[in-house]
Amino acid sequence: MKLGKFTTKNQKETYDLGFRFADELKPGNVVALFGDLGAGKTEFIKGICAYFKVDELVNSPTFTIMNQYIGELDENEIPILHIDLYRIKKSSELKEIGFDEIIFSNDSIKLVEWADKAFGVLPPDTYSINISFKKNNENERIITID
Amino acid sequence: MNILAIESSCDETAASVISNSRVLSNIISSQHFHSKYGGVIPELASRAHLESISVVAREALTKAEKKIEEMNAIAVTTEPGLIGSLIVGSNFAKGLSIKYNIPIIPTNHIEGHLYSGNIQDETIVLPYIALVVSGGHTALFKVESYSKYSLLGSTVDDASGEAFDKIGTMLGLPYPAGPEIDKLAKTGNPNAFAFPRSMLHSGNYNFSFSGLKTSVRYFLEKQFPHGLPEEKLPDVCASVQEAIVDVLVKKSIDASVEYNVKHLIIAGGVSANSCLRKRATDMARLQGIKVVVLNPEYCIDNAAMIGFIAEKRLLENGPDAYQDLTFKVNASSLRAKRKK
Repeated sequence: MKLGKFTTKNQKETYDLGFRFADELKPGNVVALFGDLGAGKTEFIKGICAYFKVDELVNSPTFTIMNQYIGELDENEIPILHIDLYRIKKSSELKEIGFDEIIFSNDSIKLVEWADKAFGVLPPDTYSINISFKKNNENERIITID
Repeated sequence: MNILAIESSCDETAASVISNSRVLSNIISSQHFHSKYGGVIPELASRAHLESISVVAREALTKAEKKIEEMNAIAVTTEPGLIGSLIVGSNFAKGLSIKYNIPIIPTNHIEGHLYSGNIQDETIVLPYIALVVSGGHTALFKVESYSKYSLLGSTVDDASGEAFDKIGTMLGLPYPAGPEIDKLAKTGNPNAFAFPRSMLHSGNYNFSFSGLKTSVRYFLEKQFPHGLPEEKLPDVCASVQEAIVDVLVKKSIDASVEYNVKHLIIAGGVSANSCLRKRATDMARLQGIKVVVLNPEYCIDNAAMIGFIAEKRLLENGPDAYQDLTFKVNASSLRAKRKK
């Protein structure tokens, strides 16, 4: 899939875009998601997880900071870490949750919501997904992938 | 039989002594400083647990007029919750277990909530339906016994308490926003604005609150581009609360009717919401179902509910089942197990 700028018309298309983008991913990759409350970050992640055949419930990890799912890639199991930094307020708290250890582990795929709170602790080859609202259209989103 | 229970899965450091299903003490050290920061902060949470846990445990024993040596077991919450916070509680419990040679019962926080109604009401008839609603959870269960229950459905995105908190942030309310929205809603018109009731007619017992969040965002942007005037706040709060409560109550009543139960338990932090309590009670009465409304100290995270269910398990399985100290804590536990 070519990276770049996309417009999605509804939740389903955001999910589908996540699904198609997931084809890029391999173990060790980090995907950083940026976007306001209600933009569709979790929806995009649901699409990615569907690509890896995650059959567990993928929901918001705001409360526990991290959900772990087991996905499938080339008939091997692959851990997918769904991290939500919404409640993180300063960099020392990232240490507390072991964020740097988690983010540099190379056997799993890491999907990070509210990645603007990662305080730069992200590998240089991180994919970044920016989801922004379109003015006056409740369902459309502009999604930039690079 | 005496149980010392420890709970530290999120904000609260809590300890309780349970003796033959009676609560002898229930100590909760609310970490009020969290409200300054707009959320539960992992670092502060686990650090604060470290500082308060032995004090809280000692107070629980003192208030119960018991000595640690009199305990038949230690119960501790091991899932789900914030990893750091769970580790503090579980390591503290392991330390006590080793020093005093007492069995240790790893306990699931959600199971604690599921049976919390039975602490205060001995007349609850099995099977019953339990709605667990909090900042981290929104799920419906059918409870058949102290060891058997099944998950009927849960949120597919945000928890209901999370919806209250995040929408509250959009409205400029302090954390936790749930009680604040409840208070403001009392003077507002719940029908002033129409917000979506996601999955109301989905034909299953799942919930979704993420769309509501997005819809409130657009509503504010469109209706009040220059900011929400203060006099409209009660109406917005009442309308948002109405949307959340509508779905929670409808699904809970539907489940209660489908499984033909006599009792519906509403547990977890959001169960303190006055609109939810009243609506559920009124709607259930029409179906001949009794809603068990919990005392405030059993709504929020507490250790009494952990000790209560742990004691039942100890009676059922015996102390030999609880000698293993190698158990781990787990952030999430509601997930369906992978098939393979």
